[in-house]
Amino acid sequence: MSIAADPLFGIAVTVIVYAAFLWLQSRRTWVQPLLMTSAVIMIMLVVLRIPVEDYQKGGSWLSFLLGPATIALGVPIYKNAEQIRRSWKPILSGITVGALCGMLSAGLIVLCMGGAAGMAWTIMPKSATTPISMEVSRLYGGYPELTAVLTVLTGLAGSLIGAPLLRLCGVRDETAIGVAIGTTSHGIGTARVLRDSEWMGAVSGFSMGLTGIFVSVLAFPLHLLGF
Amino acid sequence: MMGFAILVLFQLVGWLIQHLTGLPLPANVIGLMLFILALFLKWVPLQQVEGAASFLLKYMSLFFVPVIVGSLAFFPYLREHWAVFASSGVVSLLLPLLVTGWLVQSRLQARRNRPREEDAHVHRG
Repeated sequence: MSIAADPLFGIAVTVIVYAAFLWLQSRRTWVQPLLMTSAVIMIMLVVLRIPVEDYQKGGSWLSFLLGPATIALGVPIYKNAEQIRRSWKPILSGITVGALCGMLSAGLIVLCMGGAAGMAWTIMPKSATTPISMEVSRLYGGYPELTAVLTVLTGLAGSLIGAPLLRLCGVRDETAIGVAIGTTSHGIGTARVLRDSEWMGAVSGFSMGLTGIFVSVLAFPLHLLGF
Repeated sequence: MMGFAILVLFQLVGWLIQHLTGLPLPANVIGLMLFILALFLKWVPLQQVEGAASFLLKYMSLFFVPVIVGSLAFFPYLREHWAVFASSGVVSLLLPLLVTGWLVQSRLQARRNRPREEDAHVHRG
């Protein structure tokens, strides 16, 4: 099974399976390319007894691109800044409180249930977009791979129940919904609200970028506070 | 290609700063902050990076497939501690979602009502 040890294997399998699920998604909107691609590859590795390390030889080429993609988050922030300027105070305070509230509640619950600091840092950054949440987790002793899974699951849950739940609780303002979704459910939630309104998508995209920065910045004082 | 080079350049600068100063921030986030600054100062023209950026953002989820696959090794750990992760995960999604939504909405409403409040103030005065 030396074919799998070539970087080409990991890259090709990932891109082909992902492209197939993207195509399926264009016909069936409930298809979730990221989780389904990952699941198919995991099953394949287990069934064919291919070591994860072999797969990662190619996989790490793809995950390298998370770096430039993180930098690219600056573009939606910059493009939406002009529109957001009119209400920047409420939006910025929402993002700050939301990011802090998410980290604190996640961390405190883990510690109260007897979890270690590493476990707390695995889940605390999960409101930030995945490439940032992973790096914050790594920096403070969490497990980045698990953080990525938790971040994606959070984004999926938020994109499914976020907007309906907010409306049910009396939050009907599009700007407020956009900030709440972007701050808690990053890119996956943003893609979802963008389907309903361009403005909500813009606010959500802006909030997701800033949340990534705030979570990284807030992590240090929280770490000093004993997390 | 130029756009991709600019993005990688900021990633590299972020990484250098992180390694040289030991700043407690992820290197990519330092790069991101500098990149936003460069966009606002018009050091980097938007149209030069827009193509590469929208491609990377559109297919970003592809790039973390290998990371999610890597979590395979943590499944036993996750099975052991699922209750902690589930309760922490649910609360820390719902609480900030509602708090943020309410806060932004009430502050936007307060601002819309403010001109009237000021009028009332003048009348009272």
